[in-house]
Amino acid sequence: MSDGIALAAPPCITLQDAAEFIWREADLLDRHDYYPWLALWTEGGRYVIPIERDAADYAAVLNVVYDDAGMRAARVKRLISGFSMSSAPAARTIRTVSRFVVTDSGTDTVTVRAAQNLTEYKYGRTRVMAADVTYRLVRQGDGLKLDQKVVQLINSDDAQHGIGYLL
Amino acid sequence: MSQCPGDDAPPPSADSYDHLVREDRVHTSLYRDAAIFEAEMDRIFNNTWVWVAHASELPGPNTYKSAHVGRQPVLVTRDKEGKVHVLLNRCRHRAATVCENKKGKAPVFVCPYHGWSYNVDGKLRAVPRSEGYSADFDRKDYGLQSLRVEEYQGLIFATFRDDIEPLVDFLGPAKKWIDLFMKQGAGYGVKTMGQHQFRFPGNWKIQLENTTDAYHFPIVHKTFLTSLDEETEELFDVLGQGGWVEELGNGHSVMVMIPDLVDLEENLDAPIPERFQALASELAQDHDDAEVRRIVRAVGGSGFNLNLFPNLACSMAFFRVLRPVAVDETEITHIAIGMDGGPEAGNRARLRLHEHFQGPMGFGSPDDAEGWERVQRGSAAGKDLWILLNRGTETLVGHQAGNHVTDVSAEAGMRAAYQMWKRMMAV
Repeated sequence: MSDGIALAAPPCITLQDAAEFIWREADLLDRHDYYPWLALWTEGGRYVIPIERDAADYAAVLNVVYDDAGMRAARVKRLISGFSMSSAPAARTIRTVSRFVVTDSGTDTVTVRAAQNLTEYKYGRTRVMAADVTYRLVRQGDGLKLDQKVVQLINSDDAQHGIGYLL
Repeated sequence: MSQCPGDDAPPPSADSYDHLVREDRVHTSLYRDAAIFEAEMDRIFNNTWVWVAHASELPGPNTYKSAHVGRQPVLVTRDKEGKVHVLLNRCRHRAATVCENKKGKAPVFVCPYHGWSYNVDGKLRAVPRSEGYSADFDRKDYGLQSLRVEEYQGLIFATFRDDIEPLVDFLGPAKKWIDLFMKQGAGYGVKTMGQHQFRFPGNWKIQLENTTDAYHFPIVHKTFLTSLDEETEELFDVLGQGGWVEELGNGHSVMVMIPDLVDLEENLDAPIPERFQALASELAQDHDDAEVRRIVRAVGGSGFNLNLFPNLACSMAFFRVLRPVAVDETEITHIAIGMDGGPEAGNRARLRLHEHFQGPMGFGSPDDAEGWERVQRGSAAGKDLWILLNRGTETLVGHQAGNHVTDVSAEAGMRAAYQMWKRMMAV
């Protein structure tokens, strides 16, 4: 290796590909379009919203969300059922995802850490929630799938409010 | 406008609140009047036993956690001898907090402002440049203010009052239910395993009522129920199993929703539920059949909510702690519990069950929080109206728990809490 900045080998999944996927996912969530969102995931994918800020093993600690495919499907069913008063109607949300950093990449995978700023509106009130979001994307067939999404809220270890939508 | 019987507005009163609480209803101002809230913080939270910690949150010498008694920030510490102290988190010099961590381990608390340092028992250890004080300055006079502390079954309570009854007398008949609740340790003892925290814009008593409100469960938690397998959904038919509400004195009450799960050491021969079959198989690798059955039954949680006035509930499988922030703002903490030293597989199962219902994105808590907020919003209308607590006033005849209990959906637990409220506010 020569002097100077060491450049990683170009990832097989480009940042542009990853960003487009992430923005499409964010758009689905803001529109509460949850069935297409379920289809974005790999079969073994995990959707995690931790409480602790440095958990080595999410399965061993309490989280806000620790969903496998079954729990994701159950969660979506609940949110669109019309019988959950915190999500019927849910708060309106608008989220921006940016500050992408590729933290790991392999032949058919890429891990991206990003910043998410979300504003929600309900009952004449707006709330802001910021989070670091880490996405692990994998190539399956012609497209990308979401294999892990970890939403670390800026105040994950402090009090939240009831949240009737998906982060 | 027609009036319901008993809906006449109460007479104005400077500092008496008796007229705002009746046997079967309380006045709307209890949710909305900031002056009443101030009086509550003084007359109730400064004058009774308030829950601050579970013993397992202080796992060794020099460990501590932050908590509140009413609105006052406190540190709960364990000293080298194992004794627990509850100290106002306020430097005696110029009032800065001496610690801002939620929990941790430290042999000393040093105020960041001028460097006064305190031992974990609250004693003032040292003052920088002490020669600047007059000769009669005695460090013994300036320890962190210390509250009276007592513990029952790992539940640690504190009070500002040296002259009220011992904790065990305050708990009274509730002790039996605490003992039953702690059987979730399956013989290992109970430990805390993390917590969900969330706030709602509403009065603290709305939350207090909810823990003894089975009536709302099938309505508000319909989406939780439909997310369960058929067997578990039947288990959570909380109004249909002959449950009951029992007053326990001092504002405490218990609401039994699943009578079969009152004593987790009984009925151990019953078939293991389908949802716990995989766990039972995993446990069977290291435990004999009797142990597997005891652990699995404990993992599923208790079948009752024990409401302890004013700020703690032992609610089925977790501790529910309320913290009044303002007349229209309350913070709730749902503390997950598990077996202290028990099998990892069992504790992980408990974590997943807790996540399923509890917390800001659980299948249950957000709908509770929304309901409580709707109560606060609705109480802006009709300031002379009353909050009804008149459901299930008749005691049940020939019930297995005795002739003093009411139906599981009765509002008897709320009535008991408000009678205690009335008693304390009359001081």
